Amino acid sequence: MCLGIPGQIVEFVEPTHHLAKVDVSGVRRNVNVGLLAEGPDKVDVGDWVLIHVGFALSKIDEEEARATRQFLETLGDPYEQELAELRASDIQ
Amino acid sequence: MKYVDEYRSGDVARKVTAEIETLLEPGRSYKVMEVCGGHTHTIYKHGIEDVLPEPVDLIHGPGCPVCVIPMGRVDDAIAIAERPEVIFTTFGDMMRVPGGNGSLLDAKARGADVRMVYSPLDALKIARENPDREVVFFAIGFETTAPSTALTLLRARDDGIRNFFAFCNHVTIIPAIRAILDSPDLRLDGFVGPGHVSTVIGTTPYRFIARDYGKPLVVAGFEPLDVLQSVYMILQQIVDGRAEIENQYTRVVRDSGNARALEAIAETMELRTTFEWRGLGFISQSALKLRDEFADWDAELRYTVPGVRVADPKACQCGEVLKGVIKPWECKVFGTACTPERPIGTCMVSSEGACAAYYNYGRFQRRLETVDA
Repeated sequence: MCLGIPGQIVEFVEPTHHLAKVDVSGVRRNVNVGLLAEGPDKVDVGDWVLIHVGFALSKIDEEEARATRQFLETLGDPYEQELAELRASDIQ
Repeated sequence: MKYVDEYRSGDVARKVTAEIETLLEPGRSYKVMEVCGGHTHTIYKHGIEDVLPEPVDLIHGPGCPVCVIPMGRVDDAIAIAERPEVIFTTFGDMMRVPGGNGSLLDAKARGADVRMVYSPLDALKIARENPDREVVFFAIGFETTAPSTALTLLRARDDGIRNFFAFCNHVTIIPAIRAILDSPDLRLDGFVGPGHVSTVIGTTPYRFIARDYGKPLVVAGFEPLDVLQSVYMILQQIVDGRAEIENQYTRVVRDSGNARALEAIAETMELRTTFEWRGLGFISQSALKLRDEFADWDAELRYTVPGVRVADPKACQCGEVLKGVIKPWECKVFGTACTPERPIGTCMVSSEGACAAYYNYGRFQRRLETVDA
């Protein structure tokens, strides 16, 4: 729940509710990007974000995303579990 | 030093630990608390305690959101979950946390409709799809997850979804740190500050720690090297006679936090007068409840819950573990009566709990041998 998992924004699916499709280790699901809709951290398609419980909380660069993903993979089960929960998610 | 090679940059890690060594005053010991459960996990997983010089002791703080939920609140959750009209939704981690009357998983086995969700927005979707049921979301966590509950409530209001309710148990990190600083049990030299919580609140709320208590705090990332560098920065402050709030995790955390997240929390929630924390007891203004404007979505107003304070089992020492007074392996039931498969205390449930992390990475055996010797 507390792991921030990196994902790349693939497309905006529902701009009114700030829903965007992200790719997390090959898993593509909708998340809310409303916390990064304005200001210096405004996100766009192609940007990388750290995601918590279906919400993008911070914008990161590609190198940070790659390093974070590698680190999470070393954790094993907790990351696998997070991905499994993300797979089951269907945010609309 | 065998674990150092596993780090993203083994050479840098080796240099940092060598430099930490040079900062140590002979004969002095240092107690540094990592507040966040994510850091606790990293520390055990990557054997950071084995890499750090002996006089530097990492104390694990109360930053595992599942671990600090008191048993009485779990019982309240179960009471709501067992109502026939309710679909009770929760993060997976909360399912196995024991209350006075078993866990949500036990309630599910007895027939309650308890469902695991990844996000509160998934719970909202379940509400939309089940207009004849009442869908309750077990909202837990620090400032990292509070914005997600807040935005979900705003969405429920905007979309006119009236069968969605939040059972709000969000807690705030600052009062917990203050409670630990005020606790007579522990003398700390500094803090490794939480990474993701700080993404939301920024670094300014920590200033009192330096100003009023004269302790350094360094906001840290989650990789082993981040934690090592933060320990180095804390020790450097001590050597320099400084007490400041520093940010090691600038690649993610802005000093100003996330304004929209704070706004969403403020729009939907307000501070409770007091809230019970497992192990720390009642801490004033340390948790959030829904604002009156969101009374129609408030599970605490919708349902009558027992609201009874339940004492922790006598054998369980989660309280002392959460305050950093004892190490997980010093608890009498650690690894014997209390295991991740059959947890007695919350610290053994979540992978971010100090006991579960210690247990899963097998470090307790070596420590016990050391103690026995």
